[in-house]
Amino acid sequence: MSGMRDTYLIFRHNMRIQLRHKSAVLFGAAQPALFLVLFGPLFTSVGTWEILVPGLIVQLALFSAGLAGFGIVFDVRFGVLDRLRVTPAGRTPLLLGRVLGNVAVLLVQTVLLLALGYAFGLRAPLPGVLLGLALIVPLGVSLASLSYAVALTIDQETFAPMVSTVIVPLTLLSGAFLPMSMAPPWLDAVSRLTPFRYVVEALREMFTGHYATPAVAAGAAVTAALTALCLALAARVFARATA
Amino acid sequence: MIEVRGLRKSFDGVEAVRGVDFAVEAGEIVGFLGQNGAGKTTTMRMLTTLLRPTSGTAVVAGHDLLTDPRGVRRRIGYVAQGNSTNPLNPVGDELELQAMLHGMRAAEARQRVAEVLDRLDLTGLAGRVGGALSGGQRRRFDIAFGLLHRPPLLFLDEPTTGLDPQSRADLWRHIRALRDEQGMTVFLTTHYLEEADALCDRLLIIDAGRIVAEGTPEELKRRVAGDDPDAPVPTLDDVFLTLTDKERV
Repeated sequence: MSGMRDTYLIFRHNMRIQLRHKSAVLFGAAQPALFLVLFGPLFTSVGTWEILVPGLIVQLALFSAGLAGFGIVFDVRFGVLDRLRVTPAGRTPLLLGRVLGNVAVLLVQTVLLLALGYAFGLRAPLPGVLLGLALIVPLGVSLASLSYAVALTIDQETFAPMVSTVIVPLTLLSGAFLPMSMAPPWLDAVSRLTPFRYVVEALREMFTGHYATPAVAAGAAVTAALTALCLALAARVFARATA
Repeated sequence: MIEVRGLRKSFDGVEAVRGVDFAVEAGEIVGFLGQNGAGKTTTMRMLTTLLRPTSGTAVVAGHDLLTDPRGVRRRIGYVAQGNSTNPLNPVGDELELQAMLHGMRAAEARQRVAEVLDRLDLTGLAGRVGGALSGGQRRRFDIAFGLLHRPPLLFLDEPTTGLDPQSRADLWRHIRALRDEQGMTVFLTTHYLEEADALCDRLLIIDAGRIVAEGTPEELKRRVAGDDPDAPVPTLDDVFLTLTDKERV
C-alpha cells in the first residue's frame, strides 16, 4: 500500500515539474511532428497516413521516453536521488513514479501528434487508435525504464550522445518511415532483431482497423516481454547500492 | 546511537574503508575528520544505507544496517556533501515531497515544512527555486530535508564547505541548537579543524580508511602535547597532522 502511495507521490511530483516546463513537452514531440508536416505530404504520394503515423508514434516514443534518463542524470548530479533514497520509500516506487510520469507525457505528445495527423488526412478508426494508445503505455514504460537503467550505469556525460545515437538506427530499423517489407533481405533480417519493428507493424494494423491479426499479437507479445525485461533491469539497477 | 564493527568497503579491489570500529552515544555531536579520500564520505554513505558495506556490521539508531535498512532510514536524517535540490525546482515542493515520503499526510507535511523553515530562519523562502538562494540559505535548506521527520540522528557530510565565515557560524548555531533543544545526535564529517574544535563533543580521525584516533578535542590535544608542562598547547591542526603522520605544508 505504501509502495503505491510512494509511486503516486513521485509521479505527481514529476508531473508538476513537467507541467512547469510545458515547452519541453512540446519540443519533445517536435521532431515527429516536423516529419509529419514536412515528410508526410511527400510520403503519401507512395503510401498512406495510416502507414506513416504509427511509425512516427514509435519514433516519438523512442525520443521521448527513450531520453527520460536524462532527467535522472541531473538528479544524481544535484543530490536529489540520494536525498530520496534515504527516505523509507522503496526503490521500485522511486523508479515507477518517474516512469509513469514519462508515460503520461508520452501519451499527451502522442495525442497531439494524432490530432495533427487527423488534420493532415489520417483516418484511423477510433478503436484502433485507442488500442494503439494502450500499446504505447507499456512501450513507454519499457523505454523509460531502460533509459533510467542506462543513465544510472554509464558515465553521465556519455548518456545523451550515446542514447541519441542509438535511437536513430533503432528508429530506421523499426520501419517507421517505410515498411521494412520494401527493404533488401539483409536489412529486413536485421530489422527483425529489433523489437520496435513489431510495435510499428502492430500499430499499422490497428490504424487500418485490423485487430485480430498475427502482427498485432506479435506486437503485443514483444512489447509485453520488453516491458517486463526493462522494468526488471531498471528495478535492479535502481536498487543496487551504488546506483 | 551508532555502533560500528569492522566496517569495510572496497571499490574494484581498492579498500576505501579498512575495518572501522566506533560508537556514538545519544545526544553527542561527533566530528569525523580526515583528509580528502580518507574514507569519511564512504563511511557515512554506508551508515546511511546508500552504500552496501563489503563486510562488517553496524547498528544505526536501533536498526541493523544490513537486515533493516528501511528501519535505519526512518530514524536518520542525512545531508549530503553538496546540494540536495534541483536548482530549477521550488524548494518548498521538494520539502513537502520529502515529508510525505516519510509518511506524513499533505496538511501535516505543509505544517512541518513551515516549522522546520522557521527553525532554520528560512520562513518565506519556500517558493524560491534552489538556484535563487544564497549558499548559506541553500545549505540550511539541505539541512531542513534531514530534519522534517524529526529523526533522533542526523548525518551531515561537510555541512559548511564553501560557506563564508558568517554563514558557517550561523550553521554551527543551528546545529548546536538541534542537540541542546531536541537532544538530537549529530554525526558530521568535516575537514575544517576549527569547526570540529568549536562544535564537536568528540572526534574520530580517519586516515587511509582506518580510525587513527578518537577522543574529545581536549583529550586529543593533551595526547599530542605529551607530559611536558612547558610545551605550547597544540592546536587541533597539530593534533591532526601528528596523528595522521602528515607533514605540515
